[in-house]
Amino acid sequence: MHKLLTDNPGEQMLLLGNEAIARGAIEAGVAFTSTYPGTPSSEISLQFFQMSQECDLYFEYSTNEKTAFEVAAAAANSNVRSMCMMKHVGLNVAADGLMTLAYIGVKAGMIVLTADDPFMFSSQNEQDNRIYARLAGLPMLEPSSIQDAKDMIPYAFDLSEKLQEPVIFRTTTRINHSSGIVKLGKIKPRVTKGNYTKDPLNHVPVPAVARKLHVKLLKNLDTAQGIAEKSEFNIVEGKGKWGIICNGVSYNYVRDAVTDLDIADSARVLRLGFSHPMPDTLILNFLKACEKVLIVEEGEPVMEEAVKAMAQEEGITLPIKGKGEGLLTRLYEFSPAQVENVIAGYFGVPYEPKEAVDLSDIPEIPQRPPTLCAGCSHRATYHEINKAVEELGVETIYPTDIGCYTLGLLPPLSTADFLVCMGSSAGTAGGFSQVTDKKVIAFIGDSTFFHSGIPGLINGVFNNHNFTLVILDNGITAMTGHQPHPGVDMKQFNMEGYGQVSIEAVVRAIGVPHVAVIKPNKVKKSIEAIKEAINFKGISVIISQEPCVLYAKALKLTKQRPFEVTDKCKNHRDCMNYLACPAFYVWNERIKIDPNLCTGCAVCAQICPENAILPLKKKKVPA
Amino acid sequence: METTRLIIVAVGGQGNLLASSVLGEAALLNGVPLRMSEIHGMAQRGGVVESALVFGDAESTIISDGEADLLVGFEPAETLRAINKCNAETTVITNLAPLMPFTVNIGQGVYPDLAELQNLIRAKTAKLIAFNAAKLAEEAGNPLGVNMVLLGALTQTGILPLSAENVKEAMERKTKKAFLDSNLKAFDLGFKAAEQAA
Repeated sequence: MHKLLTDNPGEQMLLLGNEAIARGAIEAGVAFTSTYPGTPSSEISLQFFQMSQECDLYFEYSTNEKTAFEVAAAAANSNVRSMCMMKHVGLNVAADGLMTLAYIGVKAGMIVLTADDPFMFSSQNEQDNRIYARLAGLPMLEPSSIQDAKDMIPYAFDLSEKLQEPVIFRTTTRINHSSGIVKLGKIKPRVTKGNYTKDPLNHVPVPAVARKLHVKLLKNLDTAQGIAEKSEFNIVEGKGKWGIICNGVSYNYVRDAVTDLDIADSARVLRLGFSHPMPDTLILNFLKACEKVLIVEEGEPVMEEAVKAMAQEEGITLPIKGKGEGLLTRLYEFSPAQVENVIAGYFGVPYEPKEAVDLSDIPEIPQRPPTLCAGCSHRATYHEINKAVEELGVETIYPTDIGCYTLGLLPPLSTADFLVCMGSSAGTAGGFSQVTDKKVIAFIGDSTFFHSGIPGLINGVFNNHNFTLVILDNGITAMTGHQPHPGVDMKQFNMEGYGQVSIEAVVRAIGVPHVAVIKPNKVKKSIEAIKEAINFKGISVIISQEPCVLYAKALKLTKQRPFEVTDKCKNHRDCMNYLACPAFYVWNERIKIDPNLCTGCAVCAQICPENAILPLKKKKVPA
Repeated sequence: METTRLIIVAVGGQGNLLASSVLGEAALLNGVPLRMSEIHGMAQRGGVVESALVFGDAESTIISDGEADLLVGFEPAETLRAINKCNAETTVITNLAPLMPFTVNIGQGVYPDLAELQNLIRAKTAKLIAFNAAKLAEEAGNPLGVNMVLLGALTQTGILPLSAENVKEAMERKTKKAFLDSNLKAFDLGFKAAEQAA
């Protein structure tokens, strides 16, 4: 049985934040779950995916975050508790629905989870999604610890039902990817089938309906604020005159700082776990008991601005600070020492940080950036594109998209010039082709194509743009950890009851006039097909099909037969200079292949001018 | 309970997260409060994986510069890269078997000299325990057991509030049965190597 299905209240388990969140949902009797994968949220869905194979919990990998949101919204409006989860930028994709579902509301509890990523460990921006709560007028909960992460989820479901509104649950990477010891609670039975009651005058927001619903939303916000005033997750600790208001993981750093600086007698801490709408009365009472206040929040000064506004209205004039020079920053994530230093400085307490070792004489250490895996077919496709472009002598612009293949950015491949968001490759390609005379070759992965690439391609066909879209189809959502997508044959997981959508059929149905399917590990043939597509005036699509090599390895789809560089090598180094596969290394001025890393894709063997790279004769050497 | 802070750095695929989860389980079994965090963005693509483990009474799950009591590096250049987490009192344990970054393989950068690397760490910290953990893992019968060798070594230092028995019991619960014997052997070899270095 899945460990998160253990019905043993009181048991202590070491859980990853994302596991704790999934457990919280199970305890709350969640019955319908949906997602589009995205770091740092992905392990929540993985738990649901696994558990849904053992019990009557419904889970789906949806085509994108908007769809994940919509299916969950319908379930919640049919009296089934639902939850959809996504990374912070995913909420931008779902935001259209979020804004109006706030008007319509829900019947059973619904949680929209956004996993923010301060410092951008694996994201393209560090937007602060607390602002969405304000924009939509929805309640927001923010855990500070792993136990909180579990405990707040059942609370959020109950709150959602009480208000008949979806609740936004906001985490940051240091909640999702931290672990702690969690005390389990009771599991509520799941209600997996619901009923939908027609109510078009409240559920179909034509203007006359929407005007009425907005009034209801504002009333709901008032009710929510009343609940926030008394919420067990909004805590005041200490009795001192130095006030600190904080949220999320910052609360931990504040507590550690208060202990370490030994200022428990002087400090008073307000932690907002139910952070929107803000509990005005609680905050004003807090301010009135303080002489000066510091707001500790990662990201934007959301609480700071709200608290200052409240104080102004109430005529409270004590100093309230948060972001600013010598104080805290809007950039990146905080560290405990950074928070302690600012607290000490602001309140005038001596602080001697532990002195880190002197780094001045540390030699430069070679970087270890993530790179396309040994044998990754994206490398082959990119090399073939580079070759075709070189042979045709065209100047290019390479719009790219979000996935492992973004790593084509690095030399020697250098096949990424422009990236905005999921699906932007096809859309921006149209714009570049319209206003420049360069050949525009755009790249998109299979999962991203389904997610939001299709409208850009349709746009190109309709508006008669001129670009080549290369769909890098490795048969799985690779970067986030091998989740399925609509193009995947689910029978390979022994899973029945799924459809399958052919990328080629979609592309042809859109009316793309030139479509070619290539096997990127066949170098010469692929280059020829790419040249034809590049020469085509109008929209051309190349679908480059080869399973993700990591995934193929995990599923044991390939028998790996490593290659070696034989004595015929004349040290041209085409393999290294054009491909730079991580299986290569330099030994005594010669290129060698690590047989434990080589997957036998044979792409380097095909580009070697001396045909010096051949299958390794002896059996694979043990690691 | 006093707070002890451990940083583990490794290259993706070296088993850092399993080692951390063994220590987490050991803490749970022993009633030691523990919080940990990990950064593993694109670990499977050859990047660096960093775990922070905070034992005892602290709320934070991350470790600031200069705050580590113990730094364990599964790869020597990565140990040196993480030296900013150390102070003059820190104990450092490192594997000495390098994994070349592909940037070095393709001629963009020079791998640090191993003797110089050890001298630098030794001069800046309280103690360095350095040995070839890859060789010991092979000796134990599982070349992928570098993580278990280093678990043995870090347990030997006695810096963490965990006994060898705690950690071994956690290994039984958290590692695959087929590898348990070689993992336990790897642990013992690492434990001994740290004893000899002391």
